[in-house]
Amino acid sequence: MEKDPNAILLGEDILDPYGGAFKVTKGLSTKFPQRVFTTPISEASIAGLTVGMALRGMRPIAEFMFGDFITLAADQIVNHAAKYMGMYGDQMKLPMVLRTPVGGGRGYGPTHSQSLEKMFLGLPMFHILAPSHFVHPGEILVQAISGSYPTLFLENKLLYPEVLKLEQHSGVINRTVHFDEHNYPVVVLSNFPDKRKADIAIVAYGGISRLLGPVLNQLAQEEIWITACLPVSLSPLPIKHIQATTEGIKKILVIEEASPAFGWGSEVSAALYDAHAGQLDGPILRIGAANSVIPASKPLEEKVIVSEEKILSAVFEVMAW
Amino acid sequence: MLTLVNSPSPDQQNMARDLTEVFYRQMYTIRKVEQNLLDLFAQGYITGTVHTSMGQEACDVGVVNSLDRSKDIIFSNHRAHGQFLAYCDDVEGLIGEIMGKETGVCLGIGGSQHIHRENMYTNGVQGGIVPNAVGAALAEKIKGTGAITVVFLGDGTMGEGVVYESFNIASLWSLPVLFLLIDNGIAQSTPKHLEHAGELETRAMTFAIDSASIEADDVNKVYSTACEVVNKVREHSRPFFLHVKAARLGPHSKGDDTRSKEEIESLKQKDPLLKISESLPVGLRMEIEQKIDVRIQTAVEKAMLASHPGLEQLRRV
Ligand SMILES: Cc1ncc(C[n+]2csc(CCOP(=O)(O)OP(=O)(O)O)c2C)c(N)n1
Repeated sequence: MEKDPNAILLGEDILDPYGGAFKVTKGLSTKFPQRVFTTPISEASIAGLTVGMALRGMRPIAEFMFGDFITLAADQIVNHAAKYMGMYGDQMKLPMVLRTPVGGGRGYGPTHSQSLEKMFLGLPMFHILAPSHFVHPGEILVQAISGSYPTLFLENKLLYPEVLKLEQHSGVINRTVHFDEHNYPVVVLSNFPDKRKADIAIVAYGGISRLLGPVLNQLAQEEIWITACLPVSLSPLPIKHIQATTEGIKKILVIEEASPAFGWGSEVSAALYDAHAGQLDGPILRIGAANSVIPASKPLEEKVIVSEEKILSAVFEVMAW
Repeated sequence: MLTLVNSPSPDQQNMARDLTEVFYRQMYTIRKVEQNLLDLFAQGYITGTVHTSMGQEACDVGVVNSLDRSKDIIFSNHRAHGQFLAYCDDVEGLIGEIMGKETGVCLGIGGSQHIHRENMYTNGVQGGIVPNAVGAALAEKIKGTGAITVVFLGDGTMGEGVVYESFNIASLWSLPVLFLLIDNGIAQSTPKHLEHAGELETRAMTFAIDSASIEADDVNKVYSTACEVVNKVREHSRPFFLHVKAARLGPHSKGDDTRSKEEIESLKQKDPLLKISESLPVGLRMEIEQKIDVRIQTAVEKAMLASHPGLEQLRRV
């Protein structure tokens, strides 16, 4: 906002001293009072205004208080944001970002814990990004709003308190970063030092990153070697980069935050089957949240969403094939 | 509700005479283009939808001419051919577009309901353009351009919730946007009384938006009211809701009219094209009409010969 006077922020309850339900915008309304707008509870219009501003050369960023409420803006996303760049036969740009906290683990219950990205995956001319704590989310946000495309920016709630892990080596974990066609990072983690091929490739995104650190550490102790690929861009899918990291690895596990039916993992798996036909040792295993509501009761919620235990048992299942 | 009084001074009357001629050219062009489009549809040269503005030309022309074309912004819906022609007079671009040819203003990709040229944008989903228009008004206000935004709505679209969210925000943030309701009393096949409880004229007033209501049978009247309203919106940077009562003389789209012959005949009594044509000398009128007829014929012939857009013209990802 300091660099670009066209950057505008809008959303519910984002003014200081409150600074947004998850405090992401805290301080901004004090620093940029003319460019931070607290809105009525009108998600369709928040998205609609964002689109209109982007059409007129601004770089608006809107906050949706919970990712679950993005459904109220579905028409704006599908029929407006994702259409203007493609339907007028011109080279229009539509830089705008809808940011929103997603995912469970905080006991918010069925309508405040979902990961609804699958509803919007695959829309032409619309990007969906999910940073992890292995990249700098702020830099990616700036990149998205400085670019050309309307973008949904997913922030896993449990990542908010995490410390960014941007080092090349941290304990047994190595981190390298590639960049996809739109210059978004594709992070590759491994839990072994040498150039050997991993036993299992994991493909995941967003909040799963929080679980991968401990999981990779533990598996290293058991001498199970993992390469994990975490693209920031969920849609469009940087499949070439994902395929390059899974190439030559015989077992693949795909993990997503949402329930896996008809989801991101299905698309990734289909593309990986295409790329690695005949080279895999058994099927690609997909895991995610249970196909149920996300319950408020914390112990039950933990059984529904993806956890370290679930990833570990998936890894052992794949290893046994 | 505000009353808007317009009484042109005598020395304004010569100017008014010239304006009438300009308006007639535009209205006749719109009517003729639309009639051609319906014929082309009947002959199988057009697919999809053709929502014509026939009967609403006075509103389209009166309102669009009250804008500053160099900077003001127009958002509109499925029934925007008239406003488009009044805005930029791009007959070839419109006919090419609706015939799905690459000579169309959007290369034939958008078609009848998805048109963009300069500061005009249309989209085919009822209601969704309204917050886009409010966002555009906010952008122009922040940029300090002095531009206003007008968004055209139909009476049926007043059933969409997002319209009211937009009223609220436009008023709350004092945005220079004109909500222009063309109330033709029918939405597709459904009469207004089966869609709405209460009056439409007063809907925006509860959001503290100044409102007015006029008939769209006389283009000069629409124009002078619109000028007044547009000035207010610009000067005070406040939204305004203008309710314009119009008659949809044609079918909803193509040939799907379920109204009785008598009803349509009685609406034709209010045909704004008839009214304005009576105020012009016959000779002048014929001259105007002949030129426009030739122009449209040429545009149709050109579109007939033009190519369809290719896959390489579509943007991806
Ligand atoms: C969200 C949505 N619902 C339904 C339609 C289908 N549709 C197109 S035009 C129309 C009627 C609109 O009526 P009105 O707003 O009164 O405008 P008019 O056609 O009279 O100009 C309908 C139902 C649509 N385009 N968008």
